[in-house]
Amino acid sequence: MHIPDGYLSPATCAVMGAAMVPVLATATKKVNSTFDKKDIPTMAIGSAFAFTVMMFNVPIPGGTTAHAVGATLLAIALGPWGASISLTIALLIQSLFFGDGGILALGANSFNMAFLAPFAGYGVYVLLQKLKVGKVISSAVGAYIGINAAALATAIELGLQPVLFHAADGRALYFPYGLSQSIPAIMIAHLTVAGLVEAVITGLVVYYLMRAGEGNILYKFSYRLRGESK
Amino acid sequence: MKKFLIAAAVIILLTPVGLLAPGSAWGEWGLDEIKSMVGYVPSGMKHFSDTVKAIFPDYSIPGFDKNFLQSSIGYIFSAIVGIAIIALVFFVLSKIIGKSEEKNE
Repeated sequence: MHIPDGYLSPATCAVMGAAMVPVLATATKKVNSTFDKKDIPTMAIGSAFAFTVMMFNVPIPGGTTAHAVGATLLAIALGPWGASISLTIALLIQSLFFGDGGILALGANSFNMAFLAPFAGYGVYVLLQKLKVGKVISSAVGAYIGINAAALATAIELGLQPVLFHAADGRALYFPYGLSQSIPAIMIAHLTVAGLVEAVITGLVVYYLMRAGEGNILYKFSYRLRGESK
Repeated sequence: MKKFLIAAAVIILLTPVGLLAPGSAWGEWGLDEIKSMVGYVPSGMKHFSDTVKAIFPDYSIPGFDKNFLQSSIGYIFSAIVGIAIIALVFFVLSKIIGKSEEKNE
């Protein structure tokens, strides 16, 4: 789901980057007012977790791969705003040092995986709990929706490129496949395998965090799960 | 703390499992792959690809990815480097963001 450089037109990159500015500005404001300095390391652990989870490529029938993101899990543990910062940092490091996702495409990749995924996942998690669904199931279903929201956005951003940007001879300037190919290819991978992996990881970690005792280093992650404000 | 570190180490050591999945992600191809699939390399794609050369491309140590063992070592190394950089970034961020603990009085 990491869009490389050259796949999106500079205009698309600029629009997506511009969309991330208010998100990150608001996230910084929220973190400033709700996180103590001593809680910032929990954001680092969340970011490192997402970074590592994304390295576990899973095979998709048809010969491609995909991976989980951990976005909804971070949103549940850190709040969606804290999660968006943690995920953006993970994506930044991936693109700068490991060539996973473009630098110019960082805005788009952040919008998909660090904004849409955690917020959609968190929204579903909160909604299901209002309907008296348990936390573990709510988190797993939220994670499934969250990663698929990001996958759909990725597919749309890629699939729009040949429609919007092509040379006079009809050749694509950037990503060459349209929506009719990008949406099925990316969505099948995430609706089937990657979405399930994301759901299972999220459900398992939430189950574990709910049981973490005070001596556990991850206890700080779990006050939200216990319904405590702090 | 000890249990947490052990769990983290196990996860990092297991990352090479992610290398076993065959193929690459749909829509994350190199220019050669694009050329063989579409028949040409879109001009804008050629122009903007590799804007920045990564130090450890695809989580590998350049030149040290001849077999699965080397790739695995590169992958684990990349995970450690990545996590270390993330820790550093958040260390710097913690100087800038978050409420400082206010001492009473």
